[in-house]
Amino acid sequence: MNSSGGSCSSLMDVVTYDPHHHGHDEELHVLAVDDNLIDRKLVERLLKISSCKVTTAENAIRALEYLGLGDQNQHIDALTCNVMKVNLIITDYCMPGMTGFELLKKVKESSNLKGVPVVIMSSENIPTRINKCLASGAQMFMQKPLKLADVEKLKCHLMNCRS
Amino acid sequence: MNTTVVAQLQRQFQDYIVSLYQQGFLDNQFSELRKLQDEGTPDFVSEVVSLFFDDCSKLIDTMSRSLERPDNVDFKQVDSGVHQLKGSSSSVGARRVKNVCISFKECCHVQNREGCLRCLQQVDYEYKMLKTKLQDLFNLEQQILQAGGTIPQVDIN
Repeated sequence: MNSSGGSCSSLMDVVTYDPHHHGHDEELHVLAVDDNLIDRKLVERLLKISSCKVTTAENAIRALEYLGLGDQNQHIDALTCNVMKVNLIITDYCMPGMTGFELLKKVKESSNLKGVPVVIMSSENIPTRINKCLASGAQMFMQKPLKLADVEKLKCHLMNCRS
Repeated sequence: MNTTVVAQLQRQFQDYIVSLYQQGFLDNQFSELRKLQDEGTPDFVSEVVSLFFDDCSKLIDTMSRSLERPDNVDFKQVDSGVHQLKGSSSSVGARRVKNVCISFKECCHVQNREGCLRCLQQVDYEYKMLKTKLQDLFNLEQQILQAGGTIPQVDIN
């Protein structure tokens, strides 16, 4: 999914199942969650430059639905999980409704998804907040605004974890 | 390609963008944004800043309505708007806009309606000013490209 034109509308990106890329080991599939449109655009571009496949969500509820943890019946959940395997979730902390921290906890509580690394982003550098996230299983905390160097660091870190 | 014309335009571009940084309109995050643009995505920066300016306009409208009636200000609403604006401006390197947002947030916290109104006016002024400046910058870029040249990489640090 290379075109970014029009993909950052208020709807979540739809990923089409490509059998040639199913289980493609080199390319990381990242789910990026942020309620701010500009930040979504930025993180998407940063990740694409770093050769990641990117799906964006504008809030935690949509993210959970995408991950198959939403209020859907089990059949759909299983199907979603198999088709759109996510290797990393990167989420903003401050979001209306469910926060990134709450999203983190839901992911870590799920038997299917607890192995997926979750990175929390925030514009505010609050040590108690950072520690709380790390203590609840966040892989990393990243300070906004994100720069290219941050994502490169993140990717290296994750690739090492995978091998 | 007229190399003299291209060189002149490139020089103009360089001087202009440096002045924008020196005058505090932009900060380092804008150069970070520029790094993300390449031949495959030549409009990335202008697209993102365009979204940013649209966002500014919408948020300012909403906040203005929340601040309208002195007896009934929803400071939570206003604070939420400022938070969005502060985040976006920070992400695109719109330094002056971001700095107004910092003061704006303070006014929200202490529920100072007058202060909020002043900040609102200032943020409106700053984003419009930046919009004009960046339009001029993008026009210079287009002129360079049309003259067959390439856009210089400008190192601010």
